[in-house]
Amino acid sequence: MNEPDEAVRRRRPRVRAVAAAAAVALAAPLAACGSGGDGGTPTINLYYPPEQNLQKVVDTCNTAAGGRYKIVYRVLPRQADDQRVQLVRRLAAEDSGMDVLGLDVTWTQEFASADWILEWTGQDKAEVEQGTLAGPLETARYQGRLYGAPKNTNVQLLWYRKDLVPEPPKSWDQMISAAQELKRQGKPYQILTMGAQYEGLVVLYNTLAESAGGRILSDDGGKAVMDEGTVRALEQLRKLATSGVTSPSFSNATEDPVRLEFQSGAGAFQVNWPFVYPAMQEANPDLAKQVAWARVPGIDENTPSKVTIGGVNLAVSAYSKHPELSFAAAKCLRDEQNQKFSAINDGVPPTIEKVYADPEMAEAYPMRDTIVEELKEPAVRPLTPAYQSISTVMSAVLSPPSQIRPQQTADELREAIADALESKGVLP
Amino acid sequence: MSEQTATRSTGRHAAVPAQRSGRGRAPLSENKKSERRLGWLLCAPAALVMLAVTAYPIIYSVWLSLQRFDLRFPDERRFVGLENYVTVLTNEFWWTAFGVTALITVVTVAVELVLGMGLALIMHRTLVGRGVVRTAALIPYGIVTVVAAFSWRYAWTPGTGYLANLFSDGAPLTERASSLAIIMLAEIWKTTPFMALLLMAGLALVPEDLLKAASTDGATAWQRFTKVMLPVMKPAILVALLFRTLDAFRVFDNIFVLTAGGNETSSVSMLAYNNLIRGLNLGIGSTMSVLIFIAVAIIAFVFVKLFGTAAPGSSDDERR
Repeated sequence: MNEPDEAVRRRRPRVRAVAAAAAVALAAPLAACGSGGDGGTPTINLYYPPEQNLQKVVDTCNTAAGGRYKIVYRVLPRQADDQRVQLVRRLAAEDSGMDVLGLDVTWTQEFASADWILEWTGQDKAEVEQGTLAGPLETARYQGRLYGAPKNTNVQLLWYRKDLVPEPPKSWDQMISAAQELKRQGKPYQILTMGAQYEGLVVLYNTLAESAGGRILSDDGGKAVMDEGTVRALEQLRKLATSGVTSPSFSNATEDPVRLEFQSGAGAFQVNWPFVYPAMQEANPDLAKQVAWARVPGIDENTPSKVTIGGVNLAVSAYSKHPELSFAAAKCLRDEQNQKFSAINDGVPPTIEKVYADPEMAEAYPMRDTIVEELKEPAVRPLTPAYQSISTVMSAVLSPPSQIRPQQTADELREAIADALESKGVLP
Repeated sequence: MSEQTATRSTGRHAAVPAQRSGRGRAPLSENKKSERRLGWLLCAPAALVMLAVTAYPIIYSVWLSLQRFDLRFPDERRFVGLENYVTVLTNEFWWTAFGVTALITVVTVAVELVLGMGLALIMHRTLVGRGVVRTAALIPYGIVTVVAAFSWRYAWTPGTGYLANLFSDGAPLTERASSLAIIMLAEIWKTTPFMALLLMAGLALVPEDLLKAASTDGATAWQRFTKVMLPVMKPAILVALLFRTLDAFRVFDNIFVLTAGGNETSSVSMLAYNNLIRGLNLGIGSTMSVLIFIAVAIIAFVFVKLFGTAAPGSSDDERR
């Protein structure tokens, strides 16, 4: 026992030095994570999905804050599911290292109900509501209270080939007949949109159901309704899938493959998010010249459609050590100037109506008028804390769309949604 | 720990009828008693730690499984008795996942046993470069499962992988049958070395003399394998099977990376994860965890009680 002991003692100074170095190396990143890293300026940790130029917005806000706070942009994973899992895991563990959270519009009610995010009140609330479009604001409310500040929104448009279709169709039926006519003439005819078993299919169905005046949930979000309008929407979805006008891969199509298919010239119509346009201008400029946009068709040609909106709301974590500063930081990140910057540089549609009128927007957003028109009468996805479960079971029941039997599928959906609302639903 | 297991199992074997005649049920001497007391004292700390790190979470999950407890509805939390069990056990997703898990378990363990035995024989009999052979055989087991699963995924994705283009013209990971086959392939590739390692330990127990004697008596290689080696190795084989079956039943990482449960390829562990972490439904999720725990306990019980699997150390005295 003596010998090794002595050896240890002899070596000790070096061991200590190494240990000290290791401790510093380990502690340094930890300190960076904690708040108040540099000389008393509180750090506001912003957890937000990847957005290429958001760091510039963060820098602008940090300069404007004049040392009151320092926002640090922590990039969430690329996939929506992974983003949510990281956030919920850490919030469930009451992690105080997160301050401002970028939430998908469909998570806001869930986080609010779980008491993970703080309500916006008083002056902060008034500032957020000022000039913000009603649809995006609705996605940030839960039980009449405001839990998020809409940072950006998003809405799908109908993209169509001017050279094949002189006038955009007003209803899905018109669009299907037009496509069938084009098919007879041997021209590109396909109607391309997202039909795979995932959130995209739920978005499509929600657009159809809201356009038909149907209600999936009761107004308070507590009960499954699935009324006549939602059955009509199911009929419409089945008709689209069985009229021979979609792409063969409709039941497996997600956003990007749809964009690529239309871009290659196979389709006459595409219902998709605005990001497809700049991509098309770059990849196939000749085709892009032939492409125009319009409001997504309605169920009835005389009733304009209601189109499902997406986007991100900024919320403040209930476990944040600096809630006041976090609200201030969130307000800065979504203010008018910064929304305009993000719209032009990252292509995310603003939530403040005034921004669309800015002359600089005309070039980046040639389709802005149609977007605003849709945003003024939007369709919001069911507002309930159980949305994640509802969406999962809905996409499972609706898939594949060609197998829908309207009344029966509606009954199935009602049952599955009711189970999900009572925490009885089992997720696949 | 190993000493403790050995003590406990010898203690149990003392009660085996075959040995009772020799040792009888004589009252324990003072010496024995104090020895036994010391034994209990020595294993008390370990037992306490085990209680803290395993018994507590298990009891807590059982408690959670009896409640409606959904993080999204904190105000609705209440005791619901066995309602969650009814919900899960009458759900088709659960039984689909259960079927998938059972299939993966049976197929992979069977294939691994055969391949593992072959590999063990090779490793055992190698004369040149024994170290190199054994190391090479163990490499798959040394690679982190998630990393290996990612390379399988890329290999089977058209565009990025060589296997997808070689064996099919579609995307094999988007169809159920081919996805399951790939999951099983990845599992087998990954854990066959582990099986081989355990079996090799069993092979080392087979006395050379016995094989030579059998050989002198005219036994063929196959007869030596089935009549001499297998019976002697039986305890090692059963332990290897037990370990692998328990592991295979809890398969998660490969599926998570390869298909994320798409096209009905979820295992029960995937399902529990989806309901717990994605669904935030602690009640239903815990119910699934408890059901998995029960299934695993049944597997262990069947192996130990019906097949007579014993801890590796205790099999020695049985044979001698």
